[in-house]
Amino acid sequence: MAETAIVKADRREPMAGAAMANAAVTIKATAPMSRLSLRAGTDALPALSAALGLDLPQRPKQTAGHGDRAALWLGPDEWLVLDLSGADLMAAVSGADGVFSAVDVSHRNTGFTVTGQGAADTLACACPQDLRLAAFPAGAASRTVFGKAEVVLWRQSETQWHLECWRSFAPYVFGLLKEGAEDAVLT
Amino acid sequence: MLLIRCPYCEEERPELEFRGAGEAHIARPANIAEIPDEEFEAFFFLRDNPRGITFERWRHIHGCGRFFNAARDTVSDKFLTTYKAGEPKPDLGAIRGDKA
Repeated sequence: MAETAIVKADRREPMAGAAMANAAVTIKATAPMSRLSLRAGTDALPALSAALGLDLPQRPKQTAGHGDRAALWLGPDEWLVLDLSGADLMAAVSGADGVFSAVDVSHRNTGFTVTGQGAADTLACACPQDLRLAAFPAGAASRTVFGKAEVVLWRQSETQWHLECWRSFAPYVFGLLKEGAEDAVLT
Repeated sequence: MLLIRCPYCEEERPELEFRGAGEAHIARPANIAEIPDEEFEAFFFLRDNPRGITFERWRHIHGCGRFFNAARDTVSDKFLTTYKAGEPKPDLGAIRGDKA
């Protein structure tokens, strides 16, 4: 009998190593993380919050975080849960009581970190939402459009944003971000 | 850019996040298998296209994903109000400030 070698598949990030920086802004593709698309009614929330170790936010644009983990409000019954450490989020919620839907979207999405004084200006080049601090404060998150791609924006601090997009849109989104960065440095 | 207030996100958002979804407040007949073809046609195909105020369904497809209803003026393209799906038609006289 012929021996068969088992080859372990490597996970390839679509934008691995993508980065640019100028005087106004720094853009970097984020490291792999685990992501969960979570949908649940209010009756399942206490159990899911306990399972994830954070309070799932229930108001528009709110986020909640604990350590490496964050939950972003996307809709009245929908959250995007991110874990920077790559922890198994499906395992975390699998035992929770109640009716809910959890889909592992770790490989569907990819992310960019946009940092600097010109970060909001960079994103505003292709995002039609009001990204000023009064309308989009630190800690807020929202699903929106970026050019023609659907993205999730999360303002982690006044000058730091996390942008999530589907992996097939990532080269397009990165191209637009670079264009925006070139404009942001002029303002 | 036209701004539309999403009743679920509770703020005005750019129109690019939304998609129109046809006329609002069309009730599906409970006995749909029994009604005559003319009634089914009216329910399924026939829509008003008024000049002036119309009630429409909209979806915040690139935001919270929710369907909601809106009262819009087809002449000025102005949104008079938006309200959650399932809520009754609002009193437009009160919104426009008409005297009773």
